[in-house]
This record gives sequence, structure tokens and C-alpha cells, in this order.
Amino acid sequence: MTETEARAQRIGAPVLAVEEVSLTFGGVRALSEVSFDVREHEVRAIIGPNGAGKSSMLNVLNGFYQPQHGIIRFRGREFRGMKPHAAATMGIGRTFQNIALFRGMTVLDNIMVGRNLKMRGNLLQEAFWLPAARREEIEHRRAVEEIIDFLEIQHIRRTPVGQLPYGLQKRVELARALAMEPSVLLLDEPMAGMNLEEKQDMCRFVLDVNDHYGTTIVLIEHDMGVVMDISDRVVVLDYGSKIADGTPEAVRADQAVIDAYLGVAH
Amino acid sequence: MATDIGALDTFPKLLLHHAAVRGARPAIREKDRGIWQTWSWTQFADEVRAIACGLAQQGLGRGDHMALVGDNRPRIYAAMCAAQCLGAVPVPLYQDAVAAEMAFPIQNAEIVHAVGEDQEQVDKLLEILPQCPTLKHIYYDDPRGLRHYAQPQLASYDRLREIGVEAAKRDPGFLEREIEKGSGDDPAAMFFTSGTTATPKGVVLTHHALIDRARAAAEMEGLTDRDVVIAYLPPAWIGQNIFSYAQPFATGYCICCPESAETLMTDMREIGPSYYFAPPRVLEALLTQVSIRMEDAGRLKRTMYRHFMDVARRVGGAILDGKPVGMAQRLHYALGDLLVYGPLRNVLGMSRVRVAYTAGEAIGPDLFKFYRSIGINLKQLYGSTETSVFVCVQPNGQVKADTVGPAVRGVELKFTPQRELLIRSPGLFREYYKNPQATEQAKDADGWFHTGDAGYLDADGHLKIIDRVKDVGKLDDGTLFAPKYLENKLKFFPYIKEAVAFGHARDHVCAFINIDMEAVGNWAEKRKLAYTGYVDLASRKEVRDLITQCVEQVNADLAADPELAGSQIHRFLLLHKELDADDGELTRTRKVRRGYIAERYESLVEALYAGKESVHVEAQVRYEDGRTGQISADLSICDARSFPPAAARKAA
Repeated sequence: MTETEARAQRIGAPVLAVEEVSLTFGGVRALSEVSFDVREHEVRAIIGPNGAGKSSMLNVLNGFYQPQHGIIRFRGREFRGMKPHAAATMGIGRTFQNIALFRGMTVLDNIMVGRNLKMRGNLLQEAFWLPAARREEIEHRRAVEEIIDFLEIQHIRRTPVGQLPYGLQKRVELARALAMEPSVLLLDEPMAGMNLEEKQDMCRFVLDVNDHYGTTIVLIEHDMGVVMDISDRVVVLDYGSKIADGTPEAVRADQAVIDAYLGVAH
Repeated sequence: MATDIGALDTFPKLLLHHAAVRGARPAIREKDRGIWQTWSWTQFADEVRAIACGLAQQGLGRGDHMALVGDNRPRIYAAMCAAQCLGAVPVPLYQDAVAAEMAFPIQNAEIVHAVGEDQEQVDKLLEILPQCPTLKHIYYDDPRGLRHYAQPQLASYDRLREIGVEAAKRDPGFLEREIEKGSGDDPAAMFFTSGTTATPKGVVLTHHALIDRARAAAEMEGLTDRDVVIAYLPPAWIGQNIFSYAQPFATGYCICCPESAETLMTDMREIGPSYYFAPPRVLEALLTQVSIRMEDAGRLKRTMYRHFMDVARRVGGAILDGKPVGMAQRLHYALGDLLVYGPLRNVLGMSRVRVAYTAGEAIGPDLFKFYRSIGINLKQLYGSTETSVFVCVQPNGQVKADTVGPAVRGVELKFTPQRELLIRSPGLFREYYKNPQATEQAKDADGWFHTGDAGYLDADGHLKIIDRVKDVGKLDDGTLFAPKYLENKLKFFPYIKEAVAFGHARDHVCAFINIDMEAVGNWAEKRKLAYTGYVDLASRKEVRDLITQCVEQVNADLAADPELAGSQIHRFLLLHKELDADDGELTRTRKVRRGYIAERYESLVEALYAGKESVHVEAQVRYEDGRTGQISADLSICDARSFPPAAARKAA
């Protein structure tokens, strides 16, 4: 069995379905009637030129924006009017295009924050550091250490995030998103602003996460080259509309995509 | 079971001994998921038992070779010992070698079984499978990324362990019987020498050789099972094997594997090793870090550091050597210890270091003295793979910056007329594997190992290594001329980047010198000396004077040594360009190609010996983009004072 065959076998039924979603801000149409689905365990990319509506799409997916039209189903359940924290509870994690970490806190503490949703202790237990709270802390710390090991950031465990280079901060953000053990992970331009080596590292980690934890990954990128190598299927947006959807090979050959990226004479 | 440890002649026997005598003491620690995980000697022995039984089931037998590729990990060491239990010979390979470099050892030793640490190593082993038809079993420790690998050769370490545990249940006495069959004269390990010029050679070392040397040095330093070592250099290197395998087995001390190369400093601070090895480049990097951090410190701290480092330079070494030092100075040093040296040792993770060694290349006297002056007992040693490391070690209290100490117990030294060092020792290698010709060349019929190093014993019987034999020449009056020794001495000055010494079959020694652009540039800026570039800077009279002082300092040092007093540097010039590997003047590892340089700059060499004041030079240089250009300059030739041997001490 080859590696690709093994991967193909794992990909399952759709977990996230977007049906004819439209989003407008006043008179501006950010998304118009976009439909696609995301299957269990796959790496799904949303690409498009600047201003195509990629980030809007991601914000709709995790409940940050409410679309005026259309439906989003997560594991068969329609969600409307859902807030981001509710999306998080359902198992949708995300990272941000502009890093949103606590700069003064250490890497370890930042990732521990990601365990927030998993913490069960009450104020009394935590305040007096009762055995239950202690046990829980150890359990969370173990989970966080697994992630630190997985993403190879042991050497910066105790370093304040603000002192780290950009590429590592991105990795820490990924670590924090993983700490909540999401079943679907939304990555907003995980490779933006990185040099080639950092991009390759990040690609490897994204694939490793997908492979090891079985996490379904939806990622946004405007750098087509990177995405094509690691995605199972790609959606292409342009001016808020879907112009292509399919395997990387199919999308790359699509005339509408080539036009959108290279521009056409009108 | 508690027999006399000295009677145990193989590593597996020592393992059983430690498991019986100090079963609960830590044998090996590894930091994993942020926590130090410990194997006691009992656990270590159990692990080895399981793996050995597993390997036996898989067909590993007496005399077979088994490759080990990975970083310092407890399981790699367990696999090493497991192979030895069965009478097989572990062959550790460098974990950072590329796949092609791993093919030769595997073919040469006809390796069937290999243990790789992780996906990276497995990928390399799989890549060379077509060239290595003997390789049938590859075991991996870390399964990450290997889930979809379906090659029939692959099995996880855990699976191997399961097989072994099952087998051990069926035949509990198997391991002890296998261990009993082993004797000290069996080969214990094979190390491939890094062959940069020729094909690598597999150096076969017996249990007896490794254990004897490990014990000799351990006795000399008084190592006990309370000592702690951090294992951070490649296991395929003989030194690492001695410090984190042979010596722990000889004495029962504990070794600690850091989490990763990047966390080494933190891990070392946490562990506080008592016994430490570092090659000069590591020590230099640490000192640079300290210096940079001190530059950034506040004024009070900087002043304190400078003041107390001054004190340390004057008396620190003498106090460490137990020499007489006045009470006032002792108190001054004690205050410094409280305020500066102690905290500094702590930052370096060396608070508990009793014995530290450095070896591998010449260490600059300033660097060496820095560590000794802040109370770290850093010492030099001499040895190689072929000698199981310990040939010479500096004993406590007799440490000199420019020698490597007297011979360790059991070692005989002698010199050929060409000054080549010959060694006879119980730690000598048995042979180069399947290479009788090379073995014969290196080890003569009487058992003397020809090192290829030139040196001599000084008045106190300490060995001084000066150069490779093939590079050592003679002045025309027969005086010894060791170019690399002189060049190193010059390069220890921060202002000198490269040096090339000439003198073979001449009446005196002359040298080319490259200034260090950065160091001399800083020096010039502090003196408000304007310059445009390298050529301009090198032609300044002030700079020539600065370098002349350095050369004269070297001459003064040389005059103090009766063997080398004749090879003082009489004249030198500062080259108009930096020596560069792109121009073929240096090798890729930055060693000067003396012969090529002498040929290329023949006119300069002639000018030095003709007694001229200056010389005009036109040279072609190759830029990085491949274009060539011309440089022309007038180089002044400088004379340096030399010192008569007797007057040396006064002048210095």
C-alpha cells in the first residue's frame, strides 16, 4: 500500500458542509452563494487572490460572521447564529493570519491557555490548589508536552512568545490550537510571511497533524505552490464566488483559475 | 553476584554486576516531554535482556555486526549492550551522515540488523537498501511519521521488545548463558574513522581494550557511581562512547540524554554534570555567549565582571592547581567566587563539574585559562579511536596550556627519529576491519601504533604534540620546524585570522599573516583610525606594529622551549587579501594549503628571504559570482625580534 492510497482510505464522509452562503457588509458582497464541503480527515484548501473572500469564508466557518444567506452544517447539524466559543466547544479550532498570542507569556503558558475548554476544576479547587486541581494541571501539562514534542519546540518552552522569530510564533499558535484537541482545524494563512525553509517546516507539521491526530484541516493560502503540494482538494474563490473546486491537479489546469491568478485582458 | 568488579571482562557482565550491586541507582536518564525519565541499573538490565532475546530471535548471532544510527537515547545504548550480550559487534554510525556515507560501513561490515532512531534515519537506511543487500532488519525507536511505511524490513523497537519478552519467558536462562560465553578478547565495538581523504576504516576494539582504558582514567580521576555525565556528542564518536558507555559500565555512574540539541544548555543546568567533555569549539562558543551577554549587562555588572576576571586571571589557575597564593589574594578570589565565578559556573551548567576534558584540536591558551581561572578543572587529554582514547591526561595540579600531560597508567610512548609518536597500550585496537594492509601500516610487529602525530616529551615528561609528521620539516641547520604549531600559536591571537609559516630547508622561519578583519577593524575604530577596506587596513603602520607585538610574543614563548627556540619567526608580511577556499588557498574545512600558497606567492616568499623592505604584488582574485579581478599593492615586510633561549624568561 502506498502512502497516497493509505491517505485516501482514511478520508471519510463530509463533516462540514457550506451551502449557498452569501455574506454582505453594507453594499459590499464578500461572498456570494458559495457551496462546498469538507470531508473527515482531509486537508482542504481555500485559495484565491487577495480580497477574494477567503478570510471571510473562514470567519463564517467558525461563527465569527453570520452569513445573510445559506446554511452551514457541521456533522449534519445546521448552525445558525453560533458564536466562536460555541464553535470551539464543538471541536473547531483556528489560528489567525496576524498572530494572536499573549506576547508576554511563555510558550508553555500560551499553549496551556488552549486547554481552557478542557478544564473542569472550580474556583475553590484552583484557588487552594486542592489535589483535584493538581491532578488536572498535571494531566493538561502532559497533553501540552505531547504537543510541544510533536511540533519540536522544546527549546523555547520557557521563552516569552514576544522574543521569538515569526516562524516559531506561527508554530506556537498552531500548538495552542492543537491543545484544544479540535476535530477540525482552520488555519488562516499559516505560511504567510515565511521564508522557504519555514514554509517547508510548516507544511510538514500540517501534514503530520493531519496524519497523527487525524485532524481535518481547512487552510487558507494565497501562495498556490505551497497549497497544491499538501491539499487533498482545493476550493478557489475570486471576487467572493467559487470559480473552481477539485483536486490540486484539476484546479491548476482550470482556465478560470489561471485567469484569476494571472489576470486576463478584458 | 557481587564478585570483584575488576574480574569482569565484558560490558554485559558489568551490566549484570551493576544491576545486582546498585540496582536502584540511576543508570541512564532522558528528558522526555519535559521530565527527566530514569532507568535504574535494574531497569536497564531488564531492557537489555528483552532486546537481546528479541535480537536473538531475529537471528543476530556471535560475530555479526549491528548498525546503530541515532542520537544519545537510552534505547540506542540498550540495543548496543544487547548486541554485545549475544557476542555481536555494535557499529555506531554518525546520525548526521548522508545516506551515501552510510552505505560503505554497512557493506564493509556485512550488516544485517540496524537500529535507527527515527524516520530520518530509517529513510536513509531504506535509500541505501539496493546497495546493501545484506541489510534485512531495520528497527526504529520513534514511530512518528512511519505509520504508512510497509517495507518488510521494518519493525519497531517496541515490537522487537515484545518478541524478546516472549522469548525470555520461554527460556529465562538464555541471556546469562550467552553472556557467559563472552570473553574480554572478543570485539566489543567497531568505529568507522571519518574518511575525508580515503575510504573510512573500521576500527575494531575489544572489550578488554575499552574497559581497561575506561578503568585507568576512572581510577586516575577518582570517578565513582555518584558521578553524572551529560551525553550530547554523537555516539558514533569514540570519545562519546567512552564517556557515556565504557566509563559508566566501569564505575556505575549515571548518564543523561538531553531532550534535543537546542535544549542542551538548559538540560545541563538542570542536571549539573560532575564529569564533562567538550571539544575546544564548544568551549569557545560558550565563552562567546558569556562575553556577548556581559556586553549587554548593566554598568555595575560589567565593572564587577572585568575586575574579578582580572583577579581570576592572576590567581585563579594557581589556586586550582593548589599552588601557594597569598592570603589577601585568596580572599579577593573568594569574594569573586561568591559574586562572579560561582554564578557564571552555574549559568554554564558547570557548578558541579569536578573533571572536565577537552581534546580533538589545539585549544587556545586564553580560552583554556579562562575556564580554569573561574574554578573549572578543565584538562587536556590525548588519544584517538585506535587507542580507546586515553593515552595522555593532565593530572590534577600539573596542568599546562601547551601539553597534553604524561602517559596514563599502562601506556608506553616512544618516538621515531622523525619525531613520530608511537604508542603501546592495552587500549590499542585489534585491527582495521578487513583491511590487513592498513593494519600493518599502523601497527608494527612489536605492537607499536604509529600515530602520524609529531611531538616530544617536555622536561616534566608531558607530551607535547606539535604537528602531523608529514608536515614537520627542518631548517637547514637541522632545527625542528613545525609549521602548524607556529600557525596555531599565531592564530590564538584574536587579531590574526590565518597564518602560513615557511622554513623547511631555509635558514630561518618567515610567515604570511592574514589579519582578522573584524577584530582589527574594531581595534582600529577604538583608536579612531580610518580605513577603507582590508587592503588599506592591512597596510597601516599601526596595524603592522600590533601584529609585530603578537609575533614577538609568540617568539618569546618559543624561546622558552628548548626544542622549538630555533624556529622563532624572523620576518613576516601581512597579505593583501584574505586566504580563501574559492581561490584554492584553503581546504573546505579551512585548513591552509601550505604547498599551494608557497607556489602561488613564490615572489613574496623569495622577498621575505631576500631581506627586502617591501614587495610589489599583483594578484588575480576570484569573486563569488565567478568573475576575476586584479589587486595590486606594495606590501611592507616586517622584522620581528627573536629571543635567545636563555634570555627568554626575562623578555617574556
